[in-house]
Amino acid sequence: MTAATDTAVETKRLNYLAAIREAQIEEMERDESVILLGEDCEVGVFGTTDKLDEQFGTNRVRTTPVSENGFAGAGIGAAMTGLRPIIDLTIAAFVYVSMDQLVSQAAKNRYMFGGQARIPIVFRAAMLYGGNAGAHHSDRPYPLFMNTPGLKVAVPASPADAKGLLKTAVRDDNPIMFFEDQTLWSQREEVPTSSEFLIPFGQAAVKREGSDVTLVAIAGSVPRALKAAKLLERDGISVEVIDPRTLVPLDWDTILASVEKTGRLVVADPAHLSCSAASEILATVAERAFSSLRVPPLRVTTPDMNVPFAPSMLVGFYPDPDRIAAGVRKVVDHG
Amino acid sequence: MHDKDLLVEMQRRMLRIRRLDDRARELNLQGEIAGTIHTSTGQEAACVGATAALRDDDYITGTHRSHGHPIGKGSPVDGLMAELMGKSTGVCKGKGGSMHLADFSVGSLGESGIVGSGVPVAVGAGLSAKIRGTDQVALAFFGDGAAAQGAVHEAMNLAAVWDLPVIFLCENNHWAVTISVCDHSAVPEISQRGPGYAMPGVSVDGNDPVPVYEATLEAVERARAGGGPSIVEALTYRVQEHAQGLPISREYREQAEIDEWLGRDPIDVHGASLVAAGVLTETELSQLVEEVHEEMEAAIEAARAAEDPPPAAAFEDLYADEPDVAVAR
Repeated sequence: MTAATDTAVETKRLNYLAAIREAQIEEMERDESVILLGEDCEVGVFGTTDKLDEQFGTNRVRTTPVSENGFAGAGIGAAMTGLRPIIDLTIAAFVYVSMDQLVSQAAKNRYMFGGQARIPIVFRAAMLYGGNAGAHHSDRPYPLFMNTPGLKVAVPASPADAKGLLKTAVRDDNPIMFFEDQTLWSQREEVPTSSEFLIPFGQAAVKREGSDVTLVAIAGSVPRALKAAKLLERDGISVEVIDPRTLVPLDWDTILASVEKTGRLVVADPAHLSCSAASEILATVAERAFSSLRVPPLRVTTPDMNVPFAPSMLVGFYPDPDRIAAGVRKVVDHG
Repeated sequence: MHDKDLLVEMQRRMLRIRRLDDRARELNLQGEIAGTIHTSTGQEAACVGATAALRDDDYITGTHRSHGHPIGKGSPVDGLMAELMGKSTGVCKGKGGSMHLADFSVGSLGESGIVGSGVPVAVGAGLSAKIRGTDQVALAFFGDGAAAQGAVHEAMNLAAVWDLPVIFLCENNHWAVTISVCDHSAVPEISQRGPGYAMPGVSVDGNDPVPVYEATLEAVERARAGGGPSIVEALTYRVQEHAQGLPISREYREQAEIDEWLGRDPIDVHGASLVAAGVLTETELSQLVEEVHEEMEAAIEAARAAEDPPPAAAFEDLYADEPDVAVAR
């Protein structure tokens, strides 16, 4: 459970982007080694970084040239020499442009150099897949980084989680890929105001308890999975919804314990099907809790297909409540 | 004339690089060094001339052909040779090997087996120095081949627009594996690109450490004083093959070209200068060689006596907070 549900904690109502903005401000106030680099970050196109240059100065808040690989690498070098950069890669598909630095430098330098390097850096990337932006601006690339040892991966699915996980990420001594889901940007909830509100990595949130099916949901799939669970409740199907919140490290204990209880597993994941987070979760559950599974598990994902532009072609393309509910019913009907 | 001790130290470090590479080649053939190695033979003046212009607390990043850079920066040969030999006493505990040496204790932030990939990291070290308000500088070694990489362009532009204390030190050895710089770069000298980034660019004789030192020092002093980045190009030559053990089936360069450069061996060039200037006698020069050879044999013997890292060590050093992640996995 997130601390946001604890009534004893002082909170304020924020949307997802405002929570991210607040996390950055708090961490930059707390630690002057935290810097912010990114395209248009002084103006702040999405509203998470604008005017931070006025508060923290243009030495620490820097709008970069359109050189994703170059400034990702500069961030890594700064992290290796005493700073804690937050790199705003803006749109998630731009991580491909910086892939060499992310994989060959950020992920590998500490290991290759026998532990000499400490690389405290956060790469923020917004997944715009809900906005009819076409194939170049609609990516959900987090599975690539689950396959890249040396990085940690966060996929916050609520404003409070976005704040708490980002603050933890900034204080972490490792390189972190932080994927922000645009389909959640307008979501609002009570977010703890404490500057020490931290959500640890590797700790899943059980968003709803249930007894018939374990439904693990990733990023923007979380609210859609909760909607599906409500629909299914009317049919007498009790669904446990789990948000892992971070994919590296991944809270296997919570998922495995739930599967042991329900005997059924569905994973809703807005990434493409093959080698998705859903694939990894199914594989690991099959390896480690096979005897608990009463029926074959199921993935509800985006198909292995590029993202089209026209809204008409996007109907049912991503995991929505209906597709997720259909997946759960299929598993339950199986036995 | 420059400080005598500095001139002698440059010769000593060039000899170390030469000897480490020579012995590494032999140990590789004997099976005591696994994998492949890329030697700096013939390029020692570029490594040492450049690093001689740096302070202990300045940063460097290297390349795939980079045994010489940490030596130039002052890293002891024991840890480097042990690393090449895959020992737990290596600078990277056996996790890096020939293409990924690093010695953070002397400001060597590591080599990169991906061509050009270390250059943005050096820019980040320069950015860090500027933000932290120190007067450290960062020097990125790269080759003529890396000059064709987008990462190098992005790094140079970024350093220039932010006036960062960075020296882009191009070791132009004229060959990127089998392609001549004349065929892979639109300009024959990489320093010619300086004006495109509004930064000074200069090319010097890269087979003599003194002009490399002087040009680098000028760039370093400018960077420390807030004058921004520079390109310093050491014109040198790769006298050996790209990598030991890499079979190249077709001739791609003239023996006469190799011979010409072999005739200007940097160790001979600088050695002759030291004798001519009365800094060292011939006998003292020979003693220096002997000392370096003894030092290297001691490093090899120590590495031979050291433990191989156990298989379990492969699972260390991935994350700074390993226990948490290991438990979760």
